[in-house]
Amino acid sequence: MTEQKLQEEIERYLSGEMTAQERKQFEALRKEDASLNDKIAEHQLFTQVLKQYNTRMALETRLNAIHDEIDVHTLAESLMIHPSWVVRLWRNHHSKISVAASIAIFGVLSVMFLTGYFSNQDSKYIQLKRDVANLNTKTTLLNQKVAQSAKGGNRYVADRYRGTGFAVTSNGILVTNYHVISEYDSVYVQNAAGKSFKAKVLFTEPQSDIAILKIVDTAFKSLGPIPYTFKKTASDLAESVYTYGYPQDQPVYNDGKITSANGLNGDSLEYQVSVPINPGNSGGPLMDNKGNVIGIVQAKQTQMEGVHFAVKTSYLLSALDSLDQKVTLNTKNTMSNLNSQQQVKKLKNYVFMVKVYEK
Amino acid sequence: MNKEYKDPIPTDSEVILGILNNSESVLKRLYTAYFPMVLQLIINNNGTPDDAKDIYQEAIIILYNKIKAGDFELSSKLKTFLYSVCRRLWLKRLNQMSRYGGDVRDFHDHFQVDEDVDKQNDMNIQFGKMESALQLLGEPCKTIMEDFYIHNLSMQDICERFGYTNADNAKTQKYKCLQRLKKLFFQQK
Repeated sequence: MTEQKLQEEIERYLSGEMTAQERKQFEALRKEDASLNDKIAEHQLFTQVLKQYNTRMALETRLNAIHDEIDVHTLAESLMIHPSWVVRLWRNHHSKISVAASIAIFGVLSVMFLTGYFSNQDSKYIQLKRDVANLNTKTTLLNQKVAQSAKGGNRYVADRYRGTGFAVTSNGILVTNYHVISEYDSVYVQNAAGKSFKAKVLFTEPQSDIAILKIVDTAFKSLGPIPYTFKKTASDLAESVYTYGYPQDQPVYNDGKITSANGLNGDSLEYQVSVPINPGNSGGPLMDNKGNVIGIVQAKQTQMEGVHFAVKTSYLLSALDSLDQKVTLNTKNTMSNLNSQQQVKKLKNYVFMVKVYEK
Repeated sequence: MNKEYKDPIPTDSEVILGILNNSESVLKRLYTAYFPMVLQLIINNNGTPDDAKDIYQEAIIILYNKIKAGDFELSSKLKTFLYSVCRRLWLKRLNQMSRYGGDVRDFHDHFQVDEDVDKQNDMNIQFGKMESALQLLGEPCKTIMEDFYIHNLSMQDICERFGYTNADNAKTQKYKCLQRLKKLFFQQK
């Protein structure tokens, strides 16, 4: 049987054109031969696809015909969800809009750059900094003023209510700075034991910032012999000196050197010393290490660091001379051979805290 | 969403009966009734009206074949079925075109119709092969094949139409044509 013949047989078999006997024979053949079976199945599938394909084509033609009757364009217009005009504008022209925006931004930045807007920012910043600095200065000044007015507005920052004084004679004549008691109502002095005595102001010498006090309290008894002497001649530079006074409730010892024979702006009234001096030290003695009083500490604050002044003893002596009563100064120095600790121990009974009560 | 049309929307059972009876008017009413719904889906999800036409016709064909094959169960509304199929087909198409943004703007309820769509897809592949095989086959083979296998003409009729001197010649010619067509069809991957 040729291939063509076989094909015809298959077609006749599938279309049911075979006689009953032929059919029987063919089915027997089909059972024996597996390849024939495959061929039949293949042909069946193939013709099926061919027929379905044709059906499909026919259906598509029908559908297309129906579709052509629909006004798709109008329908689409009505069904399209139209976004707001901004979105449409963006969708249709977004490239143009982007370019325009870029150019605009670039232009604005260029103009800002060319007109020096950015550098102006800088100077504004500096101005601001300056303003802040000014404010700071003003605040500091205000603070200082407030602090000064709390202390009485004195040019000297020395404590207006407190200072130091030391004995000149054993019967209670003391010396202190004029600025300590300048606005006094009543003056009390307190000794190392914490006992207070009332004092009166005997004499003041504002030019040399000297005040002479006298203890007038009934409870006061003689101090005993003064251990130190008063040096009449000027002391030399670099001489070791120390102070003893009441910048706080407890007495304070400090030492240093004479750094200049003259005071501020060549003022011959004063020595310049490197002793650390605080407000409250005012009026205390400036001692050399031989036990001589060489000056009265004048706790004047200056803009300079570590620079302080003391009124020279010669001015004290001339002030004492101008007193009504005769003052006999001690001439016997009992401290000259003592070391610093022993000197301070002796000194402490003759140095007083001066307390001034306001007018 | 539904616009008023001259023809009322056919009921679901009307559609099934009409298709089984090859009613042209029911097919037309079905087609026009739900096309706006699909058009709306497609054009609002990155598609053109032509895309909508392709997708909708494919869905109608799936429905048509299902009804013809008799395995269409009316478990949901036809409308929902068509919408789901179109949605599924369009998602596939978007994926192929890499235009799928990950989400579809929906307008109606839908359910899973993967099986139907996949079946249809297989069929479409077969039909695509057949179409190109027939084109390559050329005349007169193509017409002989169509006349014999589709229109079920007898060899005698074919013999007369094509002017063959006898039926055996025609049979030989038909055989050769069939063999070529099969070769062309099965060759394609």
